[in-house]
Amino acid sequence: MVQEDPKNMNYEPIIGIEIHVELGTLSKMFCGCPADHFGKEPNTQTCPVCLGLPGALPVPNKKAVEWTMLLGLALGCTINKESKFDRKHYFYPDLPKGYQISQYDAPLVRDGVLKLKVKSHLPANTTHQALQAGKLKVEEEKSIRIRRVHLEEDTGKLQHAVIDGKRVSLVDFNRSGVPLVEIVTEPDFRSTEEVDMFAKKLQQIVRYLGISGADMEKGSMRIEPSISLRKSEILNPKSETNSKFKIQNSKLPDYRVEIKNINSFKFARNAITYEIERQTEMLEHGDTPTQQTRGYVEAKGVTVPQREKEEAHDYRYFPEPDIPPMRFAQEQIAKSKEQIGEMPDEKKERFIKEYGLSEYDATILTEDRLSAEYFEDAVKCQKSKARPPARQVKSQEVSSKTIANWIINKKVDRASVTPTQLLDQIIIAAQSVFVSGDELESIVTQVLDGNPKAAREYKNGKEPALMFLVGQAMRLAKGKSTAEDLRKKIIELISK
Amino acid sequence: MEIKALTIQSALAGLRTKQFTAVDVVGACLTNVKKFNEDYQALLAVVDEDVLMAQAKDIDATDYSLPLSGIPIVLKDLFTSDGIRTTAGSKVLEQYVPVFDATVVAKLKAAGAIIIGKANQDAWGHGSSGENSDYTPTKNPYDPSRVPGGSSSGSAAAVALGMCLAATGTDTGSSVRLPAAFCNLVGLKPTYGRVSRYGIIAMASSFDTIGHITKTVYDNALICEITAGKDAYDATTSEIPVPQYTNKLDIKLQGVKIGLPKEYFGLHGMDPRVSDVTRTAIKKLEDLGARIVDVSLPHTSVAMACYYILVPSEVSSNLARFDGVRFGNGRETFGMEAKRRMMIGTYALSSGYYDAYYKTAAQIRTLIKKDFDDVFGAVDVLVAPSSPTLPFAIGQKSNDPVAMYLSDIFMCPVNIAGVPAVNVPCGFVGDLPVGMQIIGPQFGEERIYQIASIYEKETQWYKKTPKI
Repeated sequence: MVQEDPKNMNYEPIIGIEIHVELGTLSKMFCGCPADHFGKEPNTQTCPVCLGLPGALPVPNKKAVEWTMLLGLALGCTINKESKFDRKHYFYPDLPKGYQISQYDAPLVRDGVLKLKVKSHLPANTTHQALQAGKLKVEEEKSIRIRRVHLEEDTGKLQHAVIDGKRVSLVDFNRSGVPLVEIVTEPDFRSTEEVDMFAKKLQQIVRYLGISGADMEKGSMRIEPSISLRKSEILNPKSETNSKFKIQNSKLPDYRVEIKNINSFKFARNAITYEIERQTEMLEHGDTPTQQTRGYVEAKGVTVPQREKEEAHDYRYFPEPDIPPMRFAQEQIAKSKEQIGEMPDEKKERFIKEYGLSEYDATILTEDRLSAEYFEDAVKCQKSKARPPARQVKSQEVSSKTIANWIINKKVDRASVTPTQLLDQIIIAAQSVFVSGDELESIVTQVLDGNPKAAREYKNGKEPALMFLVGQAMRLAKGKSTAEDLRKKIIELISK
Repeated sequence: MEIKALTIQSALAGLRTKQFTAVDVVGACLTNVKKFNEDYQALLAVVDEDVLMAQAKDIDATDYSLPLSGIPIVLKDLFTSDGIRTTAGSKVLEQYVPVFDATVVAKLKAAGAIIIGKANQDAWGHGSSGENSDYTPTKNPYDPSRVPGGSSSGSAAAVALGMCLAATGTDTGSSVRLPAAFCNLVGLKPTYGRVSRYGIIAMASSFDTIGHITKTVYDNALICEITAGKDAYDATTSEIPVPQYTNKLDIKLQGVKIGLPKEYFGLHGMDPRVSDVTRTAIKKLEDLGARIVDVSLPHTSVAMACYYILVPSEVSSNLARFDGVRFGNGRETFGMEAKRRMMIGTYALSSGYYDAYYKTAAQIRTLIKKDFDDVFGAVDVLVAPSSPTLPFAIGQKSNDPVAMYLSDIFMCPVNIAGVPAVNVPCGFVGDLPVGMQIIGPQFGEERIYQIASIYEKETQWYKKTPKI
């Protein structure tokens, strides 16, 4: 028997994540208080229900239920025809009822897949030559399975303060009862990058649906990765993905480390990277990491233990008796499906096909729904005969590609420039440039050749010589170019 | 004036015909409070006399057109009442003054009722005798050495003692019907979802029903018309319209089919004197034209076990918020019975035990519901004794929780099934009252009130008030 030396092993990260997203509904999950709690005076948005006063009862927010279904459908999941809320019991001062209303065994949404474009998994025997020859695909599609999406209520918030020299903890219940969607993936991630891509993509979808700002800084989106490592046969576990075959056949490690409540993409990346290193080191020393909950300390860039497996809660879930179970008809689900609209990937593909955009341009334009809509509005204006021509602007054909370039490169302020105005700007700009780049260069070359003295003087630092050269060029261009373009070209050619 | 013998119906008539004023009625109630409360411990809080008199005067300035104009009402202490201390009968909430009214309280106030005070009770609703009050147990007005029944002990005693004309109660397993039976009163346990639970401190949320105790069936139906109905603040309330019960009380019993659940009649430990009184009452119903048939509720034998798994499970959850962080007193202030139920419930919900206990009990619940559904396919209502015994002596069962739990053996299955039932006085053994339950199908309040009303007209047991 050959003893395995832990130092010679490679370890492959196995990561699953839970993402919490606060929904942007007007009112809270189970009462009429406003759900927008960010930056509000503490305890000004509360009522008997979200304070958990004796006798108060929850009434579910219909919009929040519908939006959770929308998100589920957008993630390619199945909507459970029968769903219910459950009580999850634990003690914490920010949880006024002693239980959180959540969903246990019948979440609104289950079983979906989100596809990512990740760096290809390369066979273990891949040679540098093969890579350099570009014979292997560098990017491939990777499916992340979504286990479930459920709806619950957020908790209040503790604030630790010193009042009259005493250290105290204060509770702000403004956030208590804000609708919170939890998305749980299968442990399908094999790298920090994949988690990062997934989280960003999810944020994009949530924003497309208009169901939440999903703003990490405001805490309306939080990430909790669960990380473990297993022995691997592949060379570099940090950047490579595993094949489907392996996922199905390899056993998952018998421990996992969960990192709680991370509120930035950067912190999530750092925390996972740190955790992979920490666990690798432990395994290399022949130790096995324990099942743990850890917290990420932003200032130090490290994770620290919070709770061991033995201290895990028994949440004593049982069906929430105050809320009748929910049943959804097939037609209702179909109706929700119609509401989703085009998701970013579909839109991108369509932009490439329909408008002949490059993948790069299409990706940027479809990053958020509003800029995609703005682009399409501008294209529509261009095509529409009804567009009233702006004064002094002759109607002129502008390609979709040009519109895309303008939006991307000139960082158009959508709030102040309407798509029609944008088109006019493009046309005016196009009309003012009469000479091509080649013509411009030949004009400037002529001027420089004809005035070698002035050119030399400018080169030696005499600024007025430049003005002279621009004047000469203007005369030659006969108004077919701008002084600015000519000036730039002169400087460019002189400094060559 | 004598409140003990006054009904809401006659009080409203007297007010509207200017025979007396609301000030007279409220004053007479307060006189009884002063006279009897120390001995009987019916009320835990009484609203300030000046406030009550001012409210009565305001009502006297009207033409008494509201359905409960000037009617003094006492609230069980589980009913959250804006500005009036609400303890749930527990020391944990000794200093708790709510900032809002329960839906039912707001409805009663809007109907012109005057809230006199808060009634003593078994703490959190846990009990059948009133002895589990964290304060002093309430005594039975018909015999102060005996219990008034619980958990709405103070509510029943307050009505019988003439401290008010009606009192609210909650019924999770018997808590309105049993004290009504022990105090010769009419007590309704409505269909689950008929009356809003919003603002009522929860005992077991899927069992809790919001009822009330009155002297007569008419009075009871009148209050039900006001309290029942869909509430936007309680997702479990029903959209089914609320009938005007009081307009529909007069029917004939001819053709009405009454079922007698055989499991409720051959019970071991049943007091034969109670059996006899109940049999006589059933004979009366038959004489009035009803058809009496024997029926079966086959899962009765496991009902109590089912009840005492599911109810403590919900109790343990509902009491979790009294964690000592808010509401004044800490967890050590809970009484023995609350602690017992929290521990049983926590155990039943714990991982590894959930399937054996909670889940199994939930399955049995479905079977018991089906028992009732099936039987109401064959009969209009069921009639059963309310209690296997007469009001028992204070202290007799307090050291034997299981014996105490079995006081509710004819009542808990009704809560498991969620159907409505009303206790009507049906006679006496000596000076001690005996009650009978009329149980109806889901949302069958109208039918059980009708049958109770016919029986009451014929017998008028309510006229026998306590000798005090």
